[in-house]
Amino acid sequence: MSSNKKYWKSVEELNPSHSSAVETLKQKEFTQEIPVDEFLGDKESLESSNTTRRDFLKYVGFSTAAASLAACEGPVIKSIPYVVQPEEIIPGVANYYATAIANGYDFASVLIKTREGRPIKVESNSLAKANGGINARVQASVLDLYDNQRLAGPQKEGQDISWGEFTAEVAQKLEALKGSDKSIVVLTQTFASPSTSKLISDFKQNYGNVRHVVYDAISESAAADAYQSKYGTRGLVNYDFSKAQTIVSIGADFLGDWQGGGFDAAYAQGRVPKNGKMSRHIQFEANMSLSGANADKRVAIKPSQQKVALAKLYGKLFGTAVGGELPAHLETAVNNAASELLKAGSNAVVLTGIQDVNAQRIVLAINEKLNSKAFDPKTPVLTRQGNDKTVAQLVSDMNAGTVGAIIMAGVNPAYTLPNASAFVNGLKQTELSVAFTMKNDETASVSQYVAATSHYLESWGDLETKKGHYGLMQPTIRPLFDTKQFQDVLLELVGTSESYHDYLKSYWKRTILKGASWNDSLHDGVYVSSTSATVDTADAFDGSATLALGAAVNALAATVSSGMELTLYPKTGMGDGQQANNPWLQEFPDPLTRTTWDNYLTISEFDAKELGFFLETSTFFSENSHDADGGLNGKYANVTVNGVTVKVPVIIQPGQARGTVGMSFGYGRTQGLKAEMQTGVNAYPLYSNFDTVQTVTLELTDGKHEFACVQLHNTLMGRGDIIKETTLEIFNTESSANWNPMAVVSLNHEETPVDSPDVDLWDEFDRSIGHHFNLSIDLNSCTGCGACVIACHAENNVPVVGKEEIRRSRDMHWLRIDRYYSSDETFEGDNTTKDNIQGLGSSLSTFGEMEFPSENPQVAFQPIMCQHCNHAPCETVCPVAASSHGRQGQNHMAYNRCVGTRYCANNCPYKVRRFNWFLYNENDEFDYHMNNDLGRMVVNPDVTVRSRGVMEKCSMCIQMTQKTILDAKRDGREVNPDEFKTACSSACDSGAIVFGDINNKKSAITELKDDERAYHLLDHVGTKPNVVYQVKVRNTNEA
Amino acid sequence: MIKSNQSLGTTSINAMRQGFNFNTLSKTLFSGLLFFLFTITSLYAQDGDPAKGKSLFNANCAACHQLDKKMTGPALRYVETRLSEDEGLDRAWLNAWIRNSSALIKSGDAYANKIYAEYNGSAMTAFPQLSDQDISDILAYTAQDKAVPVATATTAVQSAPAEGGISQELILGALAILFGLLALGLFLVHKTLRRFAVANNVEIAEAVKRKSLWKAFIQNQFLMLVVAIFFLLSSAYFVYGYFMQVGVDQGYQPIQPIHYSHKIHAGDNGIDCKYCHSSARVSKHSGIPALNVCMNCHKSIYEVSPETATEEYSKEFYDGEIKKLYDAVGWDDAEQKYTGKTKPVKWVRIHNLPDFAYFNHSQHVTVAGLECQTCHGPVEEMEIMYQFSPLTMGWCINCHRETNVKVQDNAYYDKIHEALTKKYGVEQLTAAQMGGLECGKCHY
Repeated sequence: MSSNKKYWKSVEELNPSHSSAVETLKQKEFTQEIPVDEFLGDKESLESSNTTRRDFLKYVGFSTAAASLAACEGPVIKSIPYVVQPEEIIPGVANYYATAIANGYDFASVLIKTREGRPIKVESNSLAKANGGINARVQASVLDLYDNQRLAGPQKEGQDISWGEFTAEVAQKLEALKGSDKSIVVLTQTFASPSTSKLISDFKQNYGNVRHVVYDAISESAAADAYQSKYGTRGLVNYDFSKAQTIVSIGADFLGDWQGGGFDAAYAQGRVPKNGKMSRHIQFEANMSLSGANADKRVAIKPSQQKVALAKLYGKLFGTAVGGELPAHLETAVNNAASELLKAGSNAVVLTGIQDVNAQRIVLAINEKLNSKAFDPKTPVLTRQGNDKTVAQLVSDMNAGTVGAIIMAGVNPAYTLPNASAFVNGLKQTELSVAFTMKNDETASVSQYVAATSHYLESWGDLETKKGHYGLMQPTIRPLFDTKQFQDVLLELVGTSESYHDYLKSYWKRTILKGASWNDSLHDGVYVSSTSATVDTADAFDGSATLALGAAVNALAATVSSGMELTLYPKTGMGDGQQANNPWLQEFPDPLTRTTWDNYLTISEFDAKELGFFLETSTFFSENSHDADGGLNGKYANVTVNGVTVKVPVIIQPGQARGTVGMSFGYGRTQGLKAEMQTGVNAYPLYSNFDTVQTVTLELTDGKHEFACVQLHNTLMGRGDIIKETTLEIFNTESSANWNPMAVVSLNHEETPVDSPDVDLWDEFDRSIGHHFNLSIDLNSCTGCGACVIACHAENNVPVVGKEEIRRSRDMHWLRIDRYYSSDETFEGDNTTKDNIQGLGSSLSTFGEMEFPSENPQVAFQPIMCQHCNHAPCETVCPVAASSHGRQGQNHMAYNRCVGTRYCANNCPYKVRRFNWFLYNENDEFDYHMNNDLGRMVVNPDVTVRSRGVMEKCSMCIQMTQKTILDAKRDGREVNPDEFKTACSSACDSGAIVFGDINNKKSAITELKDDERAYHLLDHVGTKPNVVYQVKVRNTNEA
Repeated sequence: MIKSNQSLGTTSINAMRQGFNFNTLSKTLFSGLLFFLFTITSLYAQDGDPAKGKSLFNANCAACHQLDKKMTGPALRYVETRLSEDEGLDRAWLNAWIRNSSALIKSGDAYANKIYAEYNGSAMTAFPQLSDQDISDILAYTAQDKAVPVATATTAVQSAPAEGGISQELILGALAILFGLLALGLFLVHKTLRRFAVANNVEIAEAVKRKSLWKAFIQNQFLMLVVAIFFLLSSAYFVYGYFMQVGVDQGYQPIQPIHYSHKIHAGDNGIDCKYCHSSARVSKHSGIPALNVCMNCHKSIYEVSPETATEEYSKEFYDGEIKKLYDAVGWDDAEQKYTGKTKPVKWVRIHNLPDFAYFNHSQHVTVAGLECQTCHGPVEEMEIMYQFSPLTMGWCINCHRETNVKVQDNAYYDKIHEALTKKYGVEQLTAAQMGGLECGKCHY
């Protein structure tokens, strides 16, 4: 049976009394009226003006003549060839280099596309199976290279100095500290770099009293401590979710950045029903996270209760009685989860994100007991080495005056530390403080010396993401500025003249390669070894303080809830905040709230109403109709933790557990970034004791915040059947005609399927010869991570428009990921009152106490781009034939032909066309990367940069398909199956987006197109799209 | 890769030398004859044939040696005399050196090692294939005296005023006077006749006053309409024509920073276009060659031959342009080494497609196998490069409509071509039938 669920995107849609507001957004693609009133409405000023009609005509005539005369003279264009052309560079042909990113938060082996020596795009390295995922931030990292706020050279007290002076002075000061009772501290990010560890130990030997403190802004210290206490070395358990059939996660957002992230590809493999089976995922969480959104069953639960739930789960699995209080429905949920785990046995896995050593130890014990196949403690993940205790110790040592010198690399403690002011105080008491950084950030501005470091695309390096899994980092461009990487400076301070490149190479040959080829490893970017080089684990773990496991369980079970609980989390686009000056990431809509350029306090609708944070929908529509119509507004809250108060805008998050709020890290940066990028509120001051869960007090405060939220933009005008979903049980037992029916229309009073030529307005064009491109999107494996959105941005020169314009529905994303909520019940917003919904809800919902549909909705993500309809409504309405159809199935858009009537956008049922309201490049009003020479270096030379007044949309990466065809023609061969790629399909690690030629029977797309789960969006419109979606199947089978 | 580049460079220089030689074959023969007639055969070049020697020299030695100028290797004029007089080395030594210099160096020969050291340890290529006769031919060539540049009898043919000119004027003058007299006579006759008529009272009919043609024309509304329409149409035609050529730079021939003559390179010397514009084979850009490509040949070609000079451009002018190249690339011709001071050349770009039009050279050059001249015109005849084609969209499309796709020996096209020819019922598909007119193929 096809589900006739109602989907909604925003809580506003659930509110029948304000439906007109939402209706306006639904009905109008362009909600603003043309503001003629502004210049014609004012009679008085019109009359007092002394410009006559004749004058006006004169001006018009003159400017037209002047403009056309000026256009007659073509500009003289100079071309400057190389004097000596590097042999690997051919102008117009891209080169690819395998390298790796390791910025302390994201670790991944990547492939960099360079054109004429400029890195322009990050792609995934298919040889690197183990080294992390290419998420949205990694995709966007290439733009950080071209940031015009980067430091151009080393500085001392804010004054530029030379590297010679810098090294001499720092070495001299370090030399003076040798043998004194004050220590030298090297405070770094997690490098996970074997050679850097060796280098730091060389440095230690050279200067004696050196301490190396590893610091992760968002700590996984509890999990690392638990691992260390059990297995001896410092690391994190590696999980392979493709081997898990039952996944129970308690507060772990493992599809987000939990324990370094990068698990989504393997997870997605298990989500596609094969042979009637797919994994089952149960998520216990407070904030609505990506993992919760993808879960088959999501239990909204307060963080304090999560601990009790974990203890109880342990008790169930080990058959021991565990105390602690849980509400009845949570108790049932835990019991059910436990029995499902027991049933799945070694195919099950349990995770937790609770920042508590005891909780983490319990999880290790549970997985060992289950003998979980997905649980792999033997190849630990080494990308989070930080230790909270040593960092806390460092701050107190600095304030006690026992630290003589501090050298910081890859960290920004003055921004990320909860006690940043104490750190800054301590910094003043050191004799030498050096910050290695790319920007003049918060820490750099309070350090004596600032060493301008190179971007990872300008650096050498290595990394060991998992034990035995190595990656190499190589420069893809010469340093743009007078910068040096940390390791090179460290080598100079140690006193060797060796470059880090030589050091790295000899270290690798000696320790890692042991005879294997350096050149091959560098070419591949990855190397897998059976033996592991020892990564410096900073400080030995003191295991004496750990409780016995039983005591640990009891300690957890005894947790009691006290007031409102805040869960801090990293937002998908911003991570720990080091890329805050990246306009692509700022404008990246959060997968769940769909809000850009902001962070906020997420709260449940119930609590918002209770505490007065709820803002009626009517206020979203301001009186001034030329302002942002339908832009989301929010109230402000003062959030207080341990006496620290921050003022945050509040947003209603469906699915947020009652009694909890959430807030993301990474915003509120103030130093080293443009004014436009200084968005949001810094959450790190609330991160006391490095615990992501805090008890808070909320207080309503004045003001109204304007969000730039795209969730109601470009809706499909209320047309149904956008998402199709079913349950695994129905999927397995019934024919697809029941759960994936094709739309039918009436022809001579007979039901005729829409794909029948009899009911078609258009004549069919034969596309069986040559290539015919199709794109398949699997709603089951799409986790909503958004890597494709940024990849599309980078590939297609999509402009950044800024917060104000986003608020006016003028976002330019060619590819958006719609997020739909649905409740278990059906409801009709128009004629059913909320009370009715309650009644229906209770009968169908698992939890009897459900009151609102928004209490715990199911979530579906749906990437939407131009559907490339074979019978495209946009093409027929274009008065100048700027939009036309190609034989290969692509809907072409000739920008130079477009006159900007916007008829096409109005006629597009999928709302995927974007209008250039302004010139977004070389325009000071849009001071993002396309407004400076450095930032424009990221522009893809194969794609036109659009100008003002033209429509644009997804081209199905025609520049990539054409290149693939040309390559084949030049080689005189047929195109290989699955050789065709688009930016989104190659960015999709989870394999949800598959692109290919359906005329090639060997390609994967051919099968997907005819899959029983395949459906076309709004098939009853009869547009015959070339994008197919795969029905979402939820595994609702309770064991 | 570098090695292969060098060898590529060398072969091409040889090729070019040969081409050069080919063109001046008559000159060679002529001068060879002269030498036979007038020069005293050198003592050492007993039986060498300098003409053969010259071609052998150009084929084998010229990449590194010149007669009068130190290059990668020493200047070779009178080399045999010089060696025997200064160093006491005989023909046997020379033979050994030429056939395998490195063996000679290894053997510890003093002069061999001295030369080796003097030229920075760059060993001379071994030429075991040269026979004794070949070597004596080459040496005979090197033993020739430097040809004194013969003052070429460029007796500029001044259009000497021929005598006929004066006579023509005279005839014309006489004729004019004659006609004048005739007209005068007629006038007088007319006057006299009138006088007779008055005297004899003969009535002379007064000419009827008719409307002037011009006034009649004005009053004829139909004609006026036709003319007005004609004027409007023709002015519309010209205005349209004017506007349509705005932005079309056909014939655009800017002055370039270095006077580079495609005629000399591609025409006279027959260098393949893609030797310099190599990226046209694989890239969307044809590429303006990097200066190191120029230096592949111009390292040894530091001047043009006197024959290259034309009336318009002297040899000194061309040599000066080569100096400009040396200046830009940072080549010290006297020292035969790079100074490292480069001044990249700012060429003026001639063919400018707008950014929104995508054009790929390799598609047309490699896949379609088009000649460069199809679009760029007779480049080999252009002393100064200019834009030959209009580069308008209509021009592109016409060609796509008319040109058949080159499908032979290309597995990519096999199936598609077979199916499509059947569908359209044609023998050969045009680019348009393959989808070459679709907007999105060039605009994205």
